[in-house]
Parts: sequence; C-alpha cells; structure tokens
Amino acid sequence: MAAIHLKNVAHSYIESPKSQADFALKQLDHVWEDGGAYALLGPSGCGKTTLLNIISGLLKPSEGCVLFGEEDVTETDTSQRNIAQVFQFPVIYDTMTVRENLAFPLRNRGVPVKEIIKRVDEVAGMLGLGDQLDNRASGLSADMKQIISLGRGLVRSDVNAILFDEPLTVIDPHMKWVLRTKLKELHRQFGFTMVYVTHDQTEALTFADKVVVMHDGEVVQIGTPEELFAKPAHTFVGYFIGSPGMNVLPAKVDGNDAVIDTMTIKLTQSYGALSGDVEIGIRPEFLKLVPADKSDIHVHINSIEDVGRHKIARCQLGEQTLAVVVPENEHVPIGTMGIKFDPAHTHVYQNSRLIEGVS
Amino acid sequence: MQRKVNQKAWFLVLPVFLLVAFSAVIPLMTVVNYSVQDSFGNNEFFWVGSEWFVEILNSDRFHDALGRQLLFSGIILAIEIPLGIWVALSMPRRGWGASVCLVLMALPLLIPWNVVGTIWQIFARADIGLLGHTLAAMGIDYNYTQSSLSAWITVIVMDVWHWTSLVVLLCYAGLCSIPDAYYQAAKIDGASRWAVFRYIQLPKMQRVLLIAVLLRFMDSFMIYTEPFVVTGGGPGNATTFLSIDLVKMAIGQFDLGPAAAFSLVYFLIVLLLSWVFYTVMTARDGAEA
Repeated sequence: MAAIHLKNVAHSYIESPKSQADFALKQLDHVWEDGGAYALLGPSGCGKTTLLNIISGLLKPSEGCVLFGEEDVTETDTSQRNIAQVFQFPVIYDTMTVRENLAFPLRNRGVPVKEIIKRVDEVAGMLGLGDQLDNRASGLSADMKQIISLGRGLVRSDVNAILFDEPLTVIDPHMKWVLRTKLKELHRQFGFTMVYVTHDQTEALTFADKVVVMHDGEVVQIGTPEELFAKPAHTFVGYFIGSPGMNVLPAKVDGNDAVIDTMTIKLTQSYGALSGDVEIGIRPEFLKLVPADKSDIHVHINSIEDVGRHKIARCQLGEQTLAVVVPENEHVPIGTMGIKFDPAHTHVYQNSRLIEGVS
Repeated sequence: MQRKVNQKAWFLVLPVFLLVAFSAVIPLMTVVNYSVQDSFGNNEFFWVGSEWFVEILNSDRFHDALGRQLLFSGIILAIEIPLGIWVALSMPRRGWGASVCLVLMALPLLIPWNVVGTIWQIFARADIGLLGHTLAAMGIDYNYTQSSLSAWITVIVMDVWHWTSLVVLLCYAGLCSIPDAYYQAAKIDGASRWAVFRYIQLPKMQRVLLIAVLLRFMDSFMIYTEPFVVTGGGPGNATTFLSIDLVKMAIGQFDLGPAAAFSLVYFLIVLLLSWVFYTVMTARDGAEA
C-alpha cells in the first residue's frame, strides 16, 4: 500500500540524552519499500527491537517522525496503524479457541460478523489451521502458536506490513525451515512488507531481499546479501556476516600499498594519506595458502578445522591471526606456508568504515 | 533387567509418618473419640454412637451459626477478591512506587489477629473511637455493641482491611509474570482495556486467584479471634460464627461430646467447600488435558 519512511528517527530510553552513547537507536533515515522483505540483523541489544517497535508504534521515537506513504503516523496509536507484529514468544489468548484467536483483532475493530467468519476461514486455509479451528489454542505446540500469532496479523485486510521480532527463537530447529519457507511463500503471494528481526545470519540472508545490519544502535549497512558479503561497509558487517567472519588487520596504507607489520600487500586502488585507525579487511574465502617459496608473505598454520564443505586454517601472521578457507581436498600441513591476498577483495577501513580509493 | 527391591527405604519415610501422626492424626482421633462418647466426669465414658452428630445437625443453634458463617464468608469473598484484583491492577509495576505499595500492602498482614481486633474495637467505639465518634458526630446511628448491622459492618470492614492485601499481593505476583509481549500484541490487535483484562490478565491470574479464593475462604470460614475481640459474638448472637459458637460450647459449657461432633462436622464442611471451589476453578484445566 505505502512505503514506510523513517525520517531522521532516533530513540533514547533516557529522558534527556546527553551523548550519542545514550541513544539505543542512533539517527536513521530510511525508506522501507512497499512489499519488500527486509531482515534486521545484529547482535542482541543493538537496537533492532527498538527500531521495530518504533515502526509498529509501540514506542514513540524521541526524535524524527514515521511516515506511512505521505501520512505522518508518529503520533498514531499502534492499533490504528496498518501493522501487525509477531513476537519472539508466541502470544496467544489462552482461554480462546484457535478460531476466536484469529477473530480477535477483527472483533476489536468492530468488523461485521459475516466478514469475520469469511476472513478467519480464508486465513486458516492459508496457514493450514483448518482442522484446528475449534481447538483450544493453549494446548498447541510452540510453532502452531506462532502461526496463530501470524494469523492474527494476516486476518486483518488493512495490514500492509508485518513485523517479526525473532519469531523462530523458541521453535524447534526442524520446524524453523518449514515456517521460514511458509513465510516466504505468503510474502510472495500477498506482497505485504515484511521486516524480520534476527540475530541469525543464515535466517536473515535466506529470508530477505535486503538486509539491514545494525551495530550498537546504528544501521551500519543496508544491502543485498551479496553486497554484504562482497563489500562490507563496516568492519562489523564483515565480522558478523560470513562464517568465519572477515579478517580485519591493522595496517598502514600508503598509496597502493598496505603494510601489515613488515609485510606489504598490493591493493588495486590508491588511497591518500589516511588518518585514524586504518585496517584492511579480507574474507577468508579470498585468501590462498601457497607453498612457502611461492609468496613473500609467510604465515604459520596453528590449526585446521574441517567443517565438511571446506577446511578453515587458523594462521599466525606476525602478531595477527587469520582465518583462511581451504578447499576440502587440499592438504595443508601444520607449519609455515606462503599466503596470497586477492587484491580485488581486499578492502581498506578507516575508523571501521569502508574507504574507497582511486583506481 | 533385574531390579533389586530394597525395603529399607521405608525407614526414611518413618519420620514423616511420626510427625503427621503426632501433629494431625492423633489429635483428630481424640476428637473422634469424644464425639461418640458421653462423660459425666471422673474420667468415665459411655458409648453414645451418632447421638451427638444427630443433635448437632438438627440444632437450630448450629444452623444459625452456619448460616451466619456462610453469609460472612460469601460477603468477604465478594468484596476482597474483586477489590484485591482492582488494587493489584492499579499498582505501579516498576520503580520506587512499586516497592512503596508492596510494603504498605504487606503491613496489615504482619499484625497479629488479636491486635487487629483490639485496634478496631477501639477505633470503632462510639464513645471514644475515632471512627465511631466521627460517625456519631455526623449523625449516623452506628454502635457495634447495640446494632447487629453495625457489628456486621465493623467485622467485615475489619476483615477487608486485614486480608485484602493478601489477595492484592497474590494477584500482583500473577500480573507481574505476564510478559510485555502480551500487552504489545493486544495493542496491535486493537484490544480494549476490558479485553486486555478479560483475555490476558484474568486468565493469567487464574492460578493465583484459585489460591487466593481458597485461602480467603478457609480463613474467613474459620474466623475467631477478631470478632471475638471486637464483639464477643454479639450483640446477642449476631456475630456468633461457627468457631465462636464452638468455643462457647466446648469451653464455656464444657459439652465435650457435642463440641467434638461439632468440630468434625465443621472440619468436613471446610474440606467439602474447599474441594468444591477447587474443582470448579480448575474444571477448565482438566477439560484441556
């Protein structure tokens, strides 16, 4: 129906915030496109839920405003917004049957009974709850309860965005896949906007068209899973996404050269004089171990972890440790080896943020 | 697999058996013993069978006391449970206000029964009591030593003052255990304040309410000290509840046999009514399982 625009929104749980550190959500300006599937990814306590609650209206932001399309809804009550939310722990009304649970949001809004019956049957059919409708909801399993919570959102015909706050936390692992697939299916079918909060990168990457990575109350990067992998805008994104995460090494960068300890790595772009903390970041996938005489840079292999699809070599480079992805069939001895950096995927960070050089 | 049976474990249960025997079974059996015998002193006892039970169950005195008792407990539950829920709902959930409220709520519960009785006995006196005197000065005809209605109101208000806190604390604990997500979901579902209470708070309080109802019923049904101190069962027999009547019979008149039969009937009524409350309030849980 309409895009959701967070206009310079920031939130602090403290009355009069003095410094940036007092903000649980630092200033953010972002438009959530209508019908998009977004994942909000970040560790616990990074402000994901705060952001979500601002969209749904459970929280009023201390700064900025929330626009649905052109309409300013900052002051609008949660129940008046066309938003549904599914919480971490399944919320169901214990004393009601599944049918009554699904009908509840409509009954509260004074929808005519005929319309309620029609909508509830439709939604129950969509979610596969048809044969459960007259059971008491409190006796069901956690995944069924979560489906009912979702159903209470879907049943409202006015809903144009559904927010998910880590909805699969309490669901059994084998049911997680089923539910996730179902969500994607529903999303394709109905095209509502979806914002999905999680701290699980697999969940975020498989689910969303666009992933919003948050760190310490700040949105550090918004991009497709591919962009997040290939070009992390922040060392945190590099570290948080990918398994193992990106190697981040303090370095001196001068023109085309990056110097780590005493070893020099060639870069594809040229950087001017950089101030502050300068680091280079490279994903373990873009490092290659070679025989010691094939490279000027030598590492000491500390250990090898075999994760099935490939191996991960933990290496020592001077003072730094590095993770390197090694193909499964390649034999790597413990000891000294040469290492090659892929210059195209070696990024330079200044104060944790990606810096573009000049080619 | 062969499992060894070790009968020595019974010795470990023995202390509990002894404890229960001395604290409950033996005293109860003494009462049972009295209830089927008559004594004229000299430690001589004669078997009378069910005579005392027939007498008690047919006596107007017992019926009247039982009627008063049922009315009293009914009024107490009808006032204290809704009032307790309402107070618990209005209490702040966080911050210093919550602590202050909890302490205030706990205070009446810490006062011994006879002290509560004495406080109200003086507080409500028409000649010198703050409450009684004020009411009299306002032209309200209030005197608990003369009017049955005044006596009843005094005893009920006193019990509400003393014990509503217990209901409040239990309900408050129940309310505090409801996760925020329920309230947030209710907001999103557009639930009214009443719907939140009816479909979230009340069902979540169900278990603590069961305990509150049982405790308040049993306690109010066995009330003795406070009305004894305030009204002594009067005026006339207006506030002579079962316990007061029983004590009069056993200690005042020294009718041990009838008093023992009275005790047993009394005990069975408390047990029966508690069971009824429990069954009714948990009926839905059973249907679910």
